[in-house]
Amino acid sequence: MSDTQIREAIQEAIRDNDVVVFMKGTPQQPMCGFSARTVAALQEMQTPFAAVDIMPDPRIRQELSGLSGWPTIPQLFVKGELVGGCDIIVEMYESGELAQTLGIEAPQDAPEQAPDAAASAAPTLQPENRL
Amino acid sequence: MPTPQELKRRIEAAIPNASADVESADNVHFSARVVSPEFVAKSRVQQHRMVYDVFDGQLGGDIHALQLRTEVP
Repeated sequence: MSDTQIREAIQEAIRDNDVVVFMKGTPQQPMCGFSARTVAALQEMQTPFAAVDIMPDPRIRQELSGLSGWPTIPQLFVKGELVGGCDIIVEMYESGELAQTLGIEAPQDAPEQAPDAAASAAPTLQPENRL
Repeated sequence: MPTPQELKRRIEAAIPNASADVESADNVHFSARVVSPEFVAKSRVQQHRMVYDVFDGQLGGDIHALQLRTEVP
């Protein structure tokens, strides 16, 4: 895949998914605590979201940060707009703004504090699948 | 190796009337709370970008992680 193809695939993922998170690893197996925490907050919202693992090719992160102007991972996009990284998502979760941004009512049983990543984080000994 | 004092000084020098509290246990992972009137009417993404811009190129490098909270006074 050329750099241009990677860039186009990223733009397509942002355009075609109302809610998409670029993360290290997958929602089932996040490879970084910040990605794990962001996904855990999204999962509490019980709304569907797409996830893109940036780790299979280092150019994904490079092109993504070039597009978004945001240096870190994860990055959450809602309706084509960058909403933020882990700190912002956690803050918005706790203030109720995350549900608002997603255009939903926060589920009744969602905890007030953003859930800790520890429960869902991948074991630390897991090797990273960097190329 | 960067220190919390250095990060604080650089944030406060770069963002007008900013006040920053920066902590770090290892001088690699940092946590910062930044308050500035410059953040008024800006989205969180814009606010965080202003702080990230201070450390352009260093984030993910010698500043491995910067946990950030921005507030208006």
